[in-house]
Amino acid sequence: MTNLLWRFRGLALRGLCTSSAAAAVEESKKSKAAVNLFSAINQALHIALESDPRTYVFGEDVSFGGVFRCTTGLADRFGKHRVFNTPLCEQGLVGFGIGLAAMGNRAIVEIQFADYIYPAFDQIVNEAAKFRYRSGSQFNCGGLTIRAPYGAVGHGGHYHSQSPEAFFCHVPGLKVVIPRSPREAKGLLLACIRDPNPTVFFEPKWLYRLAVEEVPEHDYVLPLSQAEVIRQGTDITLIAWGAQLAVMEQACVEAEKDGISCELIDLKTLIPWDKETVEASVRKTGKLLVSHEAPITGGFGAEICASIAESCFLRLEAPVARVCGLDTPFPLVYEPFYMPTKNKILDTIKATVNY
Amino acid sequence: MQYREPGVLLWRGFTLQEFTNQLFGNKYDYGKGRQMPIHYGSNKLNYVTISSTIATQIPHAVGAAYSLKMDKKNACAVTYFGDGGTSEGDFHAAMNFAAVMEAPVIFICRNNGWAISTPTSEQFRSDGIAVRGPAYGMRSIRVDGNDALAIYSTVHAAREMAINERRPILIETLTYRVGHHSTSDDSTKYRPADEIEHWRKARDPVTRFRKWVKKNGWWNDEDESALRNDVRKKVLNAIQVAEKVEKPPLAELFTDVYDHPSSNLGEQERLLRETVKRHPKDYPIDVPV
Repeated sequence: MTNLLWRFRGLALRGLCTSSAAAAVEESKKSKAAVNLFSAINQALHIALESDPRTYVFGEDVSFGGVFRCTTGLADRFGKHRVFNTPLCEQGLVGFGIGLAAMGNRAIVEIQFADYIYPAFDQIVNEAAKFRYRSGSQFNCGGLTIRAPYGAVGHGGHYHSQSPEAFFCHVPGLKVVIPRSPREAKGLLLACIRDPNPTVFFEPKWLYRLAVEEVPEHDYVLPLSQAEVIRQGTDITLIAWGAQLAVMEQACVEAEKDGISCELIDLKTLIPWDKETVEASVRKTGKLLVSHEAPITGGFGAEICASIAESCFLRLEAPVARVCGLDTPFPLVYEPFYMPTKNKILDTIKATVNY
Repeated sequence: MQYREPGVLLWRGFTLQEFTNQLFGNKYDYGKGRQMPIHYGSNKLNYVTISSTIATQIPHAVGAAYSLKMDKKNACAVTYFGDGGTSEGDFHAAMNFAAVMEAPVIFICRNNGWAISTPTSEQFRSDGIAVRGPAYGMRSIRVDGNDALAIYSTVHAAREMAINERRPILIETLTYRVGHHSTSDDSTKYRPADEIEHWRKARDPVTRFRKWVKKNGWWNDEDESALRNDVRKKVLNAIQVAEKVEKPPLAELFTDVYDHPSSNLGEQERLLRETVKRHPKDYPIDVPV
């Protein structure tokens, strides 16, 4: 818990939820309540099951509510045939989900931790991702959504902390989505569930309870493959997704004290990613920093940096920068050393701006 | 679906022309020329497109069967795999899921003794595949895979059980792979030629079935020769037609990755087309650009 407080101290995740003034007025007319991220996920699952009778939610321990409580109340309300536990076998439950989705259902699979998604890797990469392409669109499993809690949590060690998103970003046919806050989580998860392509939805488990914001109670979706500028700035573009945005936000606040104006972008969908929004920002600021918890080598930050170096080379005023996890397994007691922390980011912001 | 079951597809009504269109990957191939030969698929005939990966289709069949059960359809799912495939994790996963979920699915294992060059003695130490059914809490039937009538009655009974009782069932068909694994394989390198000949001559299921229909007076040598000539003609004709048909257009390289092409694919297609214009000789002439 010390780590957790250290990481998010004084943050209250302010600024992570932004919307235009008009949308804000419109929103204020509707019912909304302050909820945390796992409750927002839970709301999305309720709505998904309620709005389409051919929707199923299943995975290890989901019946009683799941180890993170995301599926609380679903089995009671929608029955044990639509919300159920499966045997402890990730390749089985993703494979089962593909078959269910191929029959025109929406199959929402919960992988208990992203660290345990690897037994299902073949099913996701060779089956789900290629199902439409290899059949010439005679068949698809677009109704498949794979949810998995990812990332650091302060005490997770090797097998409860990993951020495996880059593996899946290398797979044409998949969409990979990571929300930063409760409101985003609800809208993006519903978008994934209804998107006619297989999606992998990584939930920042550190924020399950910690992130609280007002979430509209009604059914809404947020667009996929659309990044969002969540903080306007002129000196440097910062890119992140999921829980890392909260750390980036802290760095932005600190940098501002030194007179550096940071533009912070939430990528939200990693593939297919919104290159246009990132390019537009870098053309304005001339500098780019990408940050993620996953190890730096071969991380998705590498793809963003290479793409922007290609397309914005003449506008760049400093080398593109990455502040990421180390190239080690995720280490328990060394977590504070491993992590791309606020001050690591701040130092890199300064070095890049003063290059 | 698995790549050794074109017979199922033929029986369901896939035409010789549809087969050859896939084999040549021409523009009428439903898979748009994207997969190797024999990776058939037909939405119309409920035959889910084949992938080369071993056993991955088995858990899909369980999910599909669960859907049929939930939709109260008078139907079951059926999936095929070989003896080698039963060593894969997906086989075990699927068997366990089917039993626990009570999914109406028929698992048909074609135990032909060989997974490419690996004999079953190096694949497992269980008494074949049938014994695994009870271990997972489902019934099994082992049948002589070279006896067409026995297979028919077995699958018929299994289907009744799967649908009426909404439960899975495992069928093990004992047979032998007299052919090579694929056109790139020479199986005499790892098994004696006389063993293959024995199965081909003495225990061939087609010969056996022919004897039975002949004995009943429903078939004779003239019928046989007429059918063979007719089918040979039709196959050759289908091949000739399929090989003359042009390949699918270049644009299809980029479709179906997603329901709509993503922006990066649009950009890649544009760049590729420029390259093709600059270096047309680098690319096959039968793919329309």
